[in-house]
Amino acid sequence: MGEIGKILTSLDFSPLFISLKTGVAATILSFFLGIYAARKCMYTKAGVKAVLDGILTLPLVLPPTVAGFILLLIFSTRRPVGEYLYTTFDIKIVQSWTGCVIAATVIAFPLMYRNARAAFEQVDVNLIYAARTLGMSERKIFWKVVVPAAGPGVAAGTVLTFARAMGEYGATSMLAGNIPGKTGTISQKIAMVIQDGDFLTAGVWVVIVMVIAFAIVVLMNLVSGKKMKNIRHW
Amino acid sequence: MAIDIKIKKEFGRFCLDVSMQSKGKRIGILGASGCGKSLTLKSIAGIERPDEGYVNINGRILLDINQKIDLKPQQRRVGYLFQNYALFPTMTVEENIAAGLTGKKAEKMEKVHRMMERFQIQGLEKHLPGQLSGGQQQRVALARIMVYEPDVILLDEPFSALDAHLRDRMLRELLELLEDYDGTAILVSHSRDEIYSFSEEILIMENGKGICMDKTKELFDNPQWEAAARLTGCKNIVKISEASDGKYDILEWGITLKGDIPAQAKSIGIRAHDFIPIWNGTMENVIPVEQWNMVECPFERKYFIKSKAGNEDICWFVQRNLYDKIDEKGMPKALVVPHEKVLVLK
Repeated sequence: MGEIGKILTSLDFSPLFISLKTGVAATILSFFLGIYAARKCMYTKAGVKAVLDGILTLPLVLPPTVAGFILLLIFSTRRPVGEYLYTTFDIKIVQSWTGCVIAATVIAFPLMYRNARAAFEQVDVNLIYAARTLGMSERKIFWKVVVPAAGPGVAAGTVLTFARAMGEYGATSMLAGNIPGKTGTISQKIAMVIQDGDFLTAGVWVVIVMVIAFAIVVLMNLVSGKKMKNIRHW
Repeated sequence: MAIDIKIKKEFGRFCLDVSMQSKGKRIGILGASGCGKSLTLKSIAGIERPDEGYVNINGRILLDINQKIDLKPQQRRVGYLFQNYALFPTMTVEENIAAGLTGKKAEKMEKVHRMMERFQIQGLEKHLPGQLSGGQQQRVALARIMVYEPDVILLDEPFSALDAHLRDRMLRELLELLEDYDGTAILVSHSRDEIYSFSEEILIMENGKGICMDKTKELFDNPQWEAAARLTGCKNIVKISEASDGKYDILEWGITLKGDIPAQAKSIGIRAHDFIPIWNGTMENVIPVEQWNMVECPFERKYFIKSKAGNEDICWFVQRNLYDKIDEKGMPKALVVPHEKVLVLK
């Protein structure tokens, strides 16, 4: 026990804050992008929708390293886009916290998008028709009628997105690298200390991650469970 | 007040083809489930877009495919009452009614409260739709439509999910609430009772086609079309042979009846209550009762009679006042078909 105490007191908590910060930023980005994409999908025809959905879901089913590779291909400072961003706006995505956020957003975005879309599809379409005949603008209908009615599903998506974004490893390590105090997230920290054979420190981080993840899922169940009164027990 | 509508739309094998002109204030559309009644309403409201046609309400063109006019539902001033009322579940009653209004908040709220008073739903301002009874929901939904001052109100089977006794009450309420509404209201239903109580004029629909349109009374007295006869509750509709010498054959029943039937008539209808039972006497213009079975209902008995030569059932509905006679004398020997009650159908 003493040893764990010693680790805790001397622990550098920066990975926790970097992970949380990345998670929050990526969740905010994914929230709006995901809802936007889900909304666009609701207006498109079935054929286009299938293709569009495939592209938007891809990051969820691909190995994160593939996403990391593609992101590097885009943002590396030796590539046109990355070079342009770096020389014109002095924005460096690779090896930076911005890279962490972008990697986490790309990976977590499909969760937000898919949950939002599933929730939108459950909304009684008559509500939308009724709103239209009442003269409400499409924008007002979306934010005042659809999103609140899809609330539990959107909330669940948001929480899952946050959990996934916070734990992102593969794409992050490729794009942002593991710079302690800058891009070193919890998941990268765990991988690093295990390579050093420091299982005790790794274990401490594992417990921290598990507690956070568990709390998130329970929170999600409570939030969405409260609103869905019609759920039955088997 | 006048509506002039002509709509065509293809959905694979189903084809919607309706036209309707009316100056009536209360119009009913009667048709079986899936015949395109709701699609017609949705086309008027701009929710569905027809392939061809036009929608003209009081001289205002909402849709004219030829002229490339197609107003958005938001601009049509058409109120739509959905079967489930489509109240916004996350908004309070007040917010629901105010949802479509524009302008200053104080003005909106004044309108909302005036409407709530008129519909007697004061006190429910802060309630959510889920906390309301069905009747209250109907009032809120109507208030929400009325506050928007539509030129026409479309009622899409508002009672079809309700119990029979509740349905009557809600229909009465709806008629009351619509009393001081000056615009046109169109009710869609598969229930002839609802349509009969509601409408001045009725459009009959079958398989996506508008069959005929007439004043309510006339349509029920003389449906003229098979579909109209069936939908207005005529149980016996049979093909007839070409009439000659004031006689015609009904092959399905294996009988010959007397009476002048116009030459172009293809079939006739006889309402199940219109037969006159006889136990003896002249057997003229009758259907002999040979085999039958009976279904007992609370207020009537339904006899299904088969004549020897025919293979189709003949429906004869008997009210209470005849029970004694039948119980005493047994089944009548024959049913007289009064010629004046025969509906000649196209």
